[in-house]
Amino acid sequence: MAEHAPAPVKPPFWNDPQVRAIAFQVIALVVTVAFGLYIFHNTQLNLRRLGIASGFDFLSSPSGFDIIQTLIPYSPTSNYGQVFWVALLNTLLVSALGIVLATLLGFIVGIARLSKNWLVAKLALIYIETFRNIPLLLQIFFWYFAVLRAVPAPRQSLSLGDAVFLNIRGLYMPAPQFQPGFGWVLVALAIAIGLVWWLKRWAWQRQMATGQAFPILRTSLALLLGLPLVVFWLAGSPLHWQLPELRGFNFQGGWVVIPEMASLLLALSVYTATFIAEIVRSGIQAVSHGQTEASLSLGLNSSLTLRLVVLPQALRVIIPPLTNQYLNLTKNSSLAAAIGYPDLVAAFAGTTLNQTGQAIECIAITMAVYLTISLLISLGMNWYNRRVALVER
Amino acid sequence: MNSLQTLTAAAALMLTGVAQAGTTLEAIKKNGFIKCGVSDGLPGFSYADEKGNYSGIDVDVCRAVAAAVFGDATKVKFTPLTAKERLTALQSGEIDVLSRNTTWTSSRDSAQGLNFTGITYYDGQGFLVNKKLGVKSAKDLDGATVCVQAGTTTELNLSDYFRSHKMKFTPITYDKSDESAKSLEAGRCDVLTSDQSQLYAQRIKLAKPDDYMVLPEVISKEPLGPVVRHGDDEWFDIVRWSLFVMVDAEELGITSKNVEEMKKSSNPDIKRMLGVEGDKGKDFGLANDWMATVIKQVGNYGEIFERNVGQGSPLQIKRGLNALWTQGGLQYAPPVR
Repeated sequence: MAEHAPAPVKPPFWNDPQVRAIAFQVIALVVTVAFGLYIFHNTQLNLRRLGIASGFDFLSSPSGFDIIQTLIPYSPTSNYGQVFWVALLNTLLVSALGIVLATLLGFIVGIARLSKNWLVAKLALIYIETFRNIPLLLQIFFWYFAVLRAVPAPRQSLSLGDAVFLNIRGLYMPAPQFQPGFGWVLVALAIAIGLVWWLKRWAWQRQMATGQAFPILRTSLALLLGLPLVVFWLAGSPLHWQLPELRGFNFQGGWVVIPEMASLLLALSVYTATFIAEIVRSGIQAVSHGQTEASLSLGLNSSLTLRLVVLPQALRVIIPPLTNQYLNLTKNSSLAAAIGYPDLVAAFAGTTLNQTGQAIECIAITMAVYLTISLLISLGMNWYNRRVALVER
Repeated sequence: MNSLQTLTAAAALMLTGVAQAGTTLEAIKKNGFIKCGVSDGLPGFSYADEKGNYSGIDVDVCRAVAAAVFGDATKVKFTPLTAKERLTALQSGEIDVLSRNTTWTSSRDSAQGLNFTGITYYDGQGFLVNKKLGVKSAKDLDGATVCVQAGTTTELNLSDYFRSHKMKFTPITYDKSDESAKSLEAGRCDVLTSDQSQLYAQRIKLAKPDDYMVLPEVISKEPLGPVVRHGDDEWFDIVRWSLFVMVDAEELGITSKNVEEMKKSSNPDIKRMLGVEGDKGKDFGLANDWMATVIKQVGNYGEIFERNVGQGSPLQIKRGLNALWTQGGLQYAPPVR
């Protein structure tokens, strides 16, 4: 019979680690909340002392100014709330396009950096070392004030088949105008996508079962292009192009990419791509060389080796730092204000703030928006990271 | 960058303790200089040369205030501000007085918590175009691309004007007036719009000023003047009267050259103003002869006008609305009494 172990002496509650942990958290919370309240109270007092209006009522009063690029209908009679949405969409547009371009360019340059071709590898190296070591703001100015100012005036526009025009006011392109019946073309495209998906599954299963490969790429392309085209022709070509036309001072009609947006986009993607290229290179080099050798000795050629063996493993190393670059690019897009691109910082935290004088509200909204965008990008990339992460059994 | 400045200004609004806020004058006397917000480079109004010496009407207004407070017109620290930054900088206390061709409007007086102390320059908005365009009137500008400074009344007037004349335009808004000028030269925009005085100033900064002309239309009223924060009447009075004194001095014929002789004048108006008779200067909480100091060190209104934007300057702007009321203009100051 074992003797009863002496009952453990209960430590006094202030020595209990659990109690302590909770107590410290409560104290931290109280201090944070008190500090927040103090700031809020103090701000209110200061604003009242200076007689400055506060609150968010200004969002519903008319703005009275125009904006050069609006993705949703907007006029000077719209209110500041609509200015916010216009500005936010402009920020999202340039960030999204920038992320796509930077990723494409970054992957190409990153892989080129490891090329066995001496010239290709050195060119990639020179590109990376040049553009990542020049401040982004200078690059934006370079594209805007040097490169895009060198194109001709509206009357001497460079034109491509009298449909696409390039001049100092921007790149003018024909705008599609959808006629009734175009919906069927979209339906056909959806059906084609569905078919391709099904075809891919079927081909995979067949290959697993019989070992016979199916020319999936060619058939998919034929389906994706052919089916909508046939429907387009059957529906009587329900699509017209509105060509830009020189009237008065400028080209009117069509789609236009303004130089402010083009230079911002170029600068952001060229700059961020250098960092992505280095991330891709380090990711590829992180995959043990034995993997490449094993793949080559199994008879896969070098491009298949890269695509099927190296890249999938490299992605695990690449994704987390890539997320950082996406966040950086989005936040860097706020430099738009320097060249007059109406993004969130220029049109909302700039012009709106100045016209209404409500600095705290405008800055708070802008900060909240950037925080939200960044968290959403992180969330998406984390989800993708979990998908490509090594599944351990 | 300017967004950073706006941010710090907003942070200052949040963190400044209410208890510490003494009067503006006390703080200025403790610092030993006046913090004056000026433009980021507008010849004739506020402009820094290669050596960093500021000159211009707006600059002289701040110098007059310094002469009033310290008896020394050089005790000013100038802060160049863009149109976007200027009001927040004043609201948050980064500067004591804003003297930066700023238009007096109702919303700035009310909701934005500011007080305009007077009018240094009666201005109106106009258009600057390249002569090659062949445009003779602002009514021909339908469809034009217009460069304008962000966060100004100009930006609002522009929209109003085109809307009321049923015309279309494409705006490009820059933070700095220099960027607008560069864009006009490069042909990114057809027209540059701003207050007329600024257009003349911008024009002489262009590579070929003679290729450009200011259109005849004036589309708005732009009374420009110094601005202070709400809630400090003592400081408001000092800034306001520093300007009034210069206008009154011109009317009474007192100049920086003859101010000492004028002290011997038998005219009671002049005696009161120069502090020879009565305590008018002391009433402001300053030296009794501060008005004489202002005129001696900075000059009267006519002198600063001619020196900076008038016949003595490259701008060659005529007095026009800015002549004294006795000469058919609008400049009129209350009496020292």
